[in-house]
Amino acid sequence: MARRFGVDATFVRIALVIATLAGGWGLTLYVAAWILMPMDGQDRSIGVRVVRDRQGILLALAFLPALVVTMAVGSALHLTVLTSLAWPVFLFGAGGVLLWRNSDPEERAWLREAAEPVVHAGTRSSRRWRRMGLRLGLGVLLLFVGIGGLEAHHTHPLGPFRSAVGVLAVAAAVVVIFGPWWLRLIRDLVAERQARLRAEDRADMAARVHDSVLQSLALIQRAADDPQKVVRLARSQERELRAWLFEGDIPTAVGDRAATMAGGVQLVAREVEESHGVPVEVVTVGDCPLDDPLRALLDAAREATVNAAKWSGAPTISLYAEVEPARVSLFVRDRGNGFDPDAVARDRHGIAESIQARMLRNGGRAELRTAVGSGTEVELAMPRAPGR
Amino acid sequence: MTETAGSGPAAGGRPRVFLVDDHHLFRAGVRAELGDAVELVGEADEVQAAIEMIGERSPEVVLLDVHLPQGGGKAVIEAVRGAHPDVRFLALSVSDAPEDVIGVIRAGARGYVTKTISGPELVDAVRRVAGGDAVFSPRLAGFVLDAFAGMGAFGTALDPPPVDPELDQLSSREREVLRFIARGYTYREVGRELHISVKTVESHVSAVLRKLQLSTRHQLTYWATERRLV
Repeated sequence: MARRFGVDATFVRIALVIATLAGGWGLTLYVAAWILMPMDGQDRSIGVRVVRDRQGILLALAFLPALVVTMAVGSALHLTVLTSLAWPVFLFGAGGVLLWRNSDPEERAWLREAAEPVVHAGTRSSRRWRRMGLRLGLGVLLLFVGIGGLEAHHTHPLGPFRSAVGVLAVAAAVVVIFGPWWLRLIRDLVAERQARLRAEDRADMAARVHDSVLQSLALIQRAADDPQKVVRLARSQERELRAWLFEGDIPTAVGDRAATMAGGVQLVAREVEESHGVPVEVVTVGDCPLDDPLRALLDAAREATVNAAKWSGAPTISLYAEVEPARVSLFVRDRGNGFDPDAVARDRHGIAESIQARMLRNGGRAELRTAVGSGTEVELAMPRAPGR
Repeated sequence: MTETAGSGPAAGGRPRVFLVDDHHLFRAGVRAELGDAVELVGEADEVQAAIEMIGERSPEVVLLDVHLPQGGGKAVIEAVRGAHPDVRFLALSVSDAPEDVIGVIRAGARGYVTKTISGPELVDAVRRVAGGDAVFSPRLAGFVLDAFAGMGAFGTALDPPPVDPELDQLSSREREVLRFIARGYTYREVGRELHISVKTVESHVSAVLRKLQLSTRHQLTYWATERRLV
């Protein structure tokens, strides 16, 4: 829904919650929007689907006689409660049937889950059933006490006191009935956030291992006929890995050894020149202090430069970084072999993990331009944090 | 190299080149790289000798080291420019300091290349300068973008509003061209990317060179005068 308006979902939710608390309109609005607007990836909203569902409408109309009977009985017996409740119950029931029939599996699962704690459709163990019944009973009892208290206040001498008790009782009823549901929503939210953080940590670690250990292993394979070099590479990788695992020094993180963007780019160029023997031409425009997204940008740039040095066969690599007020762009270009991005083996994570996913995780983007025989250019862009 | 064909008096022929550099080894290296592609009319290793010999031998292009004892490449340009306006200068340097490079360009050099340039590229650059075009290495393009950076219509806090907007700002197209050059694209590649001819790229670059030389922007003049004080 948020996408429809081009705003962050969180803002929409916060605004609606405020509107709901302020007068109940937010909830109405939310439900209306859910009914009227298509979900992502669907061309028709649930509302449209409902209107087109003839059979469903007939089914809903079947409730009408029941409504008429209820109304008739109610007015004959002068039971105003019955007649005043009949319309809303009818509308709610019919609307519910229509929505249910027309919701897709995802929405249906959501509806069932949302309704479950309130109505709790049978299949669970009898103990839970009983507890649910107890809770509902208590809630409804409290509700009646509350409403009774509110209704009675102008006829009874203890009116004000009773209406206060009534308000409290209604509030308690709401908590008793909906409490467990809210609790579970909050628990789900926390669990979801933790899972996401864990996944990000894992991806970050995979990128690090790729940049350091896997790159070293690749270099070792290439230097297989030079035992001295193999030993040297293995030693330095071992040192780096130990420092990471036991002392917490992040390997290959360029950003920790440079203070500014331009300094970091120079460092990347120097390190790649030293370890791969390919000259790197650096041009930087502007400069700014490093923050975490820009450190990630430097790590991605280092990976792209190492790739160019290792695979392109080009005599030199061009590295261009430009700091603009709103973003930092970085280009790594070589006039080497180029390659077919679709032909890269799936277990090779350099471009996907260390460059593209790393940029995306930090709010930036990466673009690859290459073809066999026409060199390669990697374009990286990272928006700058406001106020820097 | 076909890119320069038909682009000036020296096109196709062998431009007459004079070499000024205080490093003997480097002069030998450049001589070898230029080979038969140019006619080398002389060499000098210091400012005074260079000024005299350039006057005598009237080369088309002077390859000029930015760093020379007694005043640098800039002193040579300033002394020769008045009497021999036809002589064109191409600055050549290992220096990374933008003020040195901008200073030499503002004195009148038609371009700047780093000493890591390959032989064929250097020959190409010499031909280009002989033909009246400007030669921007990626590094010079970066310096220029830096010098003109952040200049919207109203200038930045550091810079007063431009005195002459025509001269004190780069057009968005010129900026685009410079960005490609800074990324390591040749003129031909820039033209292909932007769907314009090499000639058009050249004219954009020449326009930038002109702005670089004539602008009174604070930062540019600051760079240039700082160099004079040394």
